[in-house]
Amino acid sequence: MKLASTIMIIGSALLFGLFLFPLWHVELQAPQYPTGLGMHIHIDGIVGYTKHDINNIDGLNHYIGMKTLPTKDEMWEFTVFPIVVGGMAALGVIIGFFGFFKNSAYKWFMGWFVLMTVLGILGMIDFNAWMTDYGTNLDPNAILKMTDDAGNPLSYKPPLLGSKDILNFTADSFPSLGGVLLGIGMALTFISFFVGKKFNASKS
Amino acid sequence: MKILKYGIGLVAAASLMTSCGNAGKDKSGADGALNKNNAEKVYVAPGEHDDYYAFISGGYSGNLLVYGLPSGRMFKEIPVFSQFPTNGYGYSEETTPMLNTSFGFIPWGDSHHPDISQTEGVLDGRWVFINENNTPRIARIDLETFETAEIIEVPNSAGNHSSSFVTENTEYVVAGTRFSVPVPQRDMSIKDYKGEFKGALTFIGVDQETGGMDIDFQLLMPGFNYDLSHPGRGKSHGWFFFTTYNTEEANSLLEVNASQNDKDFIAAVNWKVIEEYVKNGGGTMMPSEYAHNVYDHHTHTATSTMKKEVRTINPTEVPGAVYFLPTPKSPHGCDVSPDGEYIVGNGKLSTDLTVHSFTKMEEAIKNKKFDGEAYGIPILNFDDIHAGSVEKAGLGPLHTEFDDKGNAYTTFFISSEVVKWKLGTWEVVDRKPTYYSVGHLTIPGGNSRQPSGEYMFAMNKITKDRYLPVGPELEHSAQLYDISGEKMELILDFPTHGEPHYAAAIKADVIKDNSRQIYELDENTHKHAVKSENETRVERNGNEVHIYMSTIRSHFSPDNIEGIKVGDKVYFHVTNLEQDFDVPHGFAMIGQKTSELLIMPGQTRTSVWYPEKVGVWPFYCTDFCSALHQEMQGYIRVSPADSDIELSWSLGED
Repeated sequence: MKLASTIMIIGSALLFGLFLFPLWHVELQAPQYPTGLGMHIHIDGIVGYTKHDINNIDGLNHYIGMKTLPTKDEMWEFTVFPIVVGGMAALGVIIGFFGFFKNSAYKWFMGWFVLMTVLGILGMIDFNAWMTDYGTNLDPNAILKMTDDAGNPLSYKPPLLGSKDILNFTADSFPSLGGVLLGIGMALTFISFFVGKKFNASKS
Repeated sequence: MKILKYGIGLVAAASLMTSCGNAGKDKSGADGALNKNNAEKVYVAPGEHDDYYAFISGGYSGNLLVYGLPSGRMFKEIPVFSQFPTNGYGYSEETTPMLNTSFGFIPWGDSHHPDISQTEGVLDGRWVFINENNTPRIARIDLETFETAEIIEVPNSAGNHSSSFVTENTEYVVAGTRFSVPVPQRDMSIKDYKGEFKGALTFIGVDQETGGMDIDFQLLMPGFNYDLSHPGRGKSHGWFFFTTYNTEEANSLLEVNASQNDKDFIAAVNWKVIEEYVKNGGGTMMPSEYAHNVYDHHTHTATSTMKKEVRTINPTEVPGAVYFLPTPKSPHGCDVSPDGEYIVGNGKLSTDLTVHSFTKMEEAIKNKKFDGEAYGIPILNFDDIHAGSVEKAGLGPLHTEFDDKGNAYTTFFISSEVVKWKLGTWEVVDRKPTYYSVGHLTIPGGNSRQPSGEYMFAMNKITKDRYLPVGPELEHSAQLYDISGEKMELILDFPTHGEPHYAAAIKADVIKDNSRQIYELDENTHKHAVKSENETRVERNGNEVHIYMSTIRSHFSPDNIEGIKVGDKVYFHVTNLEQDFDVPHGFAMIGQKTSELLIMPGQTRTSVWYPEKVGVWPFYCTDFCSALHQEMQGYIRVSPADSDIELSWSLGED
């Protein structure tokens, strides 16, 4: 059970990585931007690859009527996410420690994992909803009003995961180091349940 | 796709023409069988970068050109000593002080010899210095911004030609006078030249942090013509060598009268001795007037200060400071080998090259073996210092550069060729024609301890039939040679701009990552800058109107202005709010009697306009900045002088 607890502690502690490294990144490439423009999405805000990337993305997006990228104050998520992530990470570590004293704690490992997965899915739904709004809720007086083949206004929503061509840009959206650590951490907590379960089964 | 097809068509046509040309006449200077190989040597694929930067003097354009090697592609023309309507240099309020001199505003210059700053005898790529010949000045170009950062005028000088070469730690950038003049200037008979005129050799100290230039001292030499110069390096560091001609001190028909002496001199100047002398309070402060112009990249503004005195040194009062090395036949180029041992005098009226030995020179000085003196300056005995001569090498030797394998390359103007010879044995190894009548040549790192052994290029004075004919007035031609083998190989022919005299070249890696992309708006301390559209406004002060304007894709703020009157003096202070690489905006006003402004991201530029006609007059952006560039325009209403229309301005209001 010591092994399961250690895995659980390491797994949930990896969530603290989100306070150091970005969760996600979206990168835009175009002929005029050979080295790309990009943003790191942290749990507490969006930061440009370089000092001026956010302004330059906003500057380009104004042609098609997109809103400017939200600052920390403009999105409640950037305040709530750090609390949720920090809370869950701390909770995971505490539950992990319980495992040293109580063999049945492995069930709580699964409980933590399920809760974190639900929160994660909610987070993704929320993120996707924001991106949909960002990419489709356009200024009616936009300079360029583009339509798709069916005549509907073109959506500029970046992909949640993967690559997508939008006009002259290719948008890449992938997890960053913080997101990768989150994934590994959650996988470890999942594994810790089975390690704990196996330990308990071998004991009885 | 059409463009692409035409592009391929052009390339195909070009290669056809090349092969025809080669079959028709032997002007390629290369073996036919090697042509494909040579094409590959200079081919830099689209999107790839060249290996070297070459800073080629723009000669009488007054500017400095940036080229790439081996492709021979031109990347930029940097305005230095001349007004440049392309971007408003010398027209905008911020940059006109750069062209101020003791003679007032001078719109033009004749730039000559670029030289790159050094540390321990190796090019460090901080700055390029270049001299102006006509109204003697030295400029410093910053290699982060590739813009002229400073210009200092050189007093008591005329024909600032033996310039602007740097010592091996950039302690000094040195400027010598080609024409001797009365010092100080005065009303006197030209016939009284002999003994009365002086030749000033000016040592300009360089601040190692900022690059800032300040004249440390001026050596007032006899009234010869000081033609070219180079610093000692390595063992000869601390010395500077200047070729002289007209030691006859003729003041008329110099082509005959200055060619009579069998030998002129190379003046060897021990600047360390003089530096010490100056430190101990030596020299005389002479009243003088010369401009010192400095550009600040935070205020985006140049200031011009008039200096009032200069420290002059009488060489006879500093023992051990100057010696004359007799050198045959009006030597032109004065070149020092990478190890600092050999000083080459290119006797332009001779067929031979004379090489002096620094070691022998030191020995002769130590033994006080002199062969008389001139104006109190000891003359060394030719045989005591002579290392060797390259005999019958060609006609009219002008300049020599060195490679990294102990070879030297000398240009011969009259016989129109570059001759490769060996240091120490003085034997000729190879010769290749140039097209035509070569002046200077450049090897990257030429004036340093570490020249490159890859490329050499010759800059010619005569072009004739090298390119498609374009009427009587031609750009000059340059040829690039591969010098990595025993024999030189001509691999590229490319046109240059103005009359390139010298060029300085450097490995691209040393500087390319330092090149700036934008100016930070939050570091802009221009006194008329605006940091956002909220700050844009129009202010009237009597008949002076200041328009604080901004640009961002794709509009001016404000773009409608009323209340301007005939007789006003209108200042457009335009700040480019962009912070994205390569998004300049331009500004042009109809009927304005000055050039456009080209404003880099984060920069502020000011243009003055005198409205003379009543009406509504447009202005627009001159740089195709975005898809909506054509929409980037505005109007100014100009009312009669006695009108009572209130000043007003707006953006996006109906």
